[in-house]
Amino acid sequence: MIQHLPILQVIIPLLAAPICFILREAKLVRWFVLLANIMAFVVSIMLLQQVNANGTLVYTLGGWEAPIGIEYRIDELNAYLLILVTSISTITLMAAGSSLTKEMKESKQTYFYIAYMLCLTGLLGILATGDAFNVFVFLEISSLASYTMIAMGNDRRSLWASYQYLIMGTIGATFILIGIGLMYMMTGTLNMHDLAGRLVEVEQTKTIYMAFAFFLVGVCLKLALFPLHLWLPNAYAYAPSIATVFLAATATKVAIYILLRFIFSVYGFEFSFTHLPLTEILVTLGLLGVIAASIVAIYQTNVKRLFAYSSVSQIGYMILGLGIGTKTGLSATLLHLFNHALMKSAIFLALAGVVYRVGSVNIKAFAGLGRQMPWTMAAIVVGGLSLIGVPLTVGFVSKWYLVLALLENGWWPIAVLVLIGSLLAMAYIWRIVEVAYFKPALQNNRSYKEAPLTILVPAWIFVIANIYFGIDTSFTAGISEKTAELLFGVVK
Amino acid sequence: MNFLEQYNYWIVILLMMSGFYIVIAHGNLVKKLMGLTIFQTSVFILYISVSKVFGGTAPILDDSYEVYSNPLPHVLILTAIVVGVATTALGLALAVRIKEAYGTVEEDVIQEKDLQQEGSTE
Repeated sequence: MIQHLPILQVIIPLLAAPICFILREAKLVRWFVLLANIMAFVVSIMLLQQVNANGTLVYTLGGWEAPIGIEYRIDELNAYLLILVTSISTITLMAAGSSLTKEMKESKQTYFYIAYMLCLTGLLGILATGDAFNVFVFLEISSLASYTMIAMGNDRRSLWASYQYLIMGTIGATFILIGIGLMYMMTGTLNMHDLAGRLVEVEQTKTIYMAFAFFLVGVCLKLALFPLHLWLPNAYAYAPSIATVFLAATATKVAIYILLRFIFSVYGFEFSFTHLPLTEILVTLGLLGVIAASIVAIYQTNVKRLFAYSSVSQIGYMILGLGIGTKTGLSATLLHLFNHALMKSAIFLALAGVVYRVGSVNIKAFAGLGRQMPWTMAAIVVGGLSLIGVPLTVGFVSKWYLVLALLENGWWPIAVLVLIGSLLAMAYIWRIVEVAYFKPALQNNRSYKEAPLTILVPAWIFVIANIYFGIDTSFTAGISEKTAELLFGVVK
Repeated sequence: MNFLEQYNYWIVILLMMSGFYIVIAHGNLVKKLMGLTIFQTSVFILYISVSKVFGGTAPILDDSYEVYSNPLPHVLILTAIVVGVATTALGLALAVRIKEAYGTVEEDVIQEKDLQQEGSTE
């Protein structure tokens, strides 16, 4: 059993999906999916223990040795992200029952859970696999499932958002496919570990430069880096609340993982940062994303859309950290990856509570909610403070590392711009706080009760995690630094 | 002539660009999806071109043949074709649902209706 853990991680949600189809009954499916998620979470914890005890785990599928067979390779970076994805998915599912009952018909819920499990399969598969083509296949599994989830929203605009995401996502995935094809052309292997060794011989060829360019653009489309982010705001705004929580917290993070994995483990630091102007590209786009997306966020009237734009700007921070190209910068990226998932899950879950009671996320509907739904609004405020980067929240820790990394290189003008980005975040969070706490409730408004406990408790688990990891940074910062060192170590 | 020697790659580029152009330029959702399919198909041809060995035959063991084409990219592309079919099917299904909800599959009309909706409710 123990030696099969890497494959179990992917197989459990994959098998759970068709079983949901047999179970049919939405109530039954809800508990079954939660159980499968908890199992996946336990597996990911055991994997991390194994990795800590024995180093990198290599699992050969069907017993075929690696370059011929497919292998799953789990090291510190994957193990850490596997835990992140499975834990967030499990806690989100706790809230799914009541939130979905409000937002869609009983008959549709089963299909939603199936799409959810398939999306999870795809994300876990991307993280676990050590084969470049498998990354593409799992990416498409998770993307197709997320298009379905988004299209299940109440509003008809969710269909249009899903369609746009489908077009953009498919173009991105096809670019990744071209990149992988060109790499295969030059090296004759798809195994990432093997690729890393063989790319060195051919790395000065035009084909490999093209492969890298296609791959980079494809992944940046998937992770919604600033000029390629257009699919994201609508997709997050009109998807069912639970889908928004899950996708905002995990999908873009996994895309960033692909980027990290290929830049550091496959192409190597030397190729990406010395031969190519990756620093200039990533730092510029990251900064533009931070500033531009924050400014757009300030003017949004739909609060879900507002936080979707804020996600684009937070992705900018992660890419900025990566672009610096130092160990501290990379740890800042990894830390923010983890922290941003916590912030956005807390905020979007609280918004799911607002949708449950109020039925709208328009900013006008928030009038007076601070008194009527104190716990829900408090969750949004703490999440918002974390986005701004107020001390004692996780946001502060990751921004601290980012500014530290920038100052280490002497790039203080960029550090100033990062702080301006935080001020802009303060502006859009303040708009919500002002409406919720200082405006009287609308006159024709009936008073709203607090969000149901099934949504509130998961939201507050994330809020407490936001504060806890903001105070006790030894776990997150420790792992990020260790992983960053590992990624840089692979290079040499 | 060296320029036309590797004509298969020129076909790939031509298909890729025309597919991409259709996706960007057309407002009709179904036409966009067809463009997307052409775009994906060009990549399939790219992979298959790579795996062709001159004088090689299909990878089936037989005593009379010694040179075989590389089967791996073919298998990979089989997977990619399945993914492409799934994407197109999902996209067409969405187009049907959009037609039901908006009464049209033209991009500009849909955007106009969305703007009206935002203006009236928000």
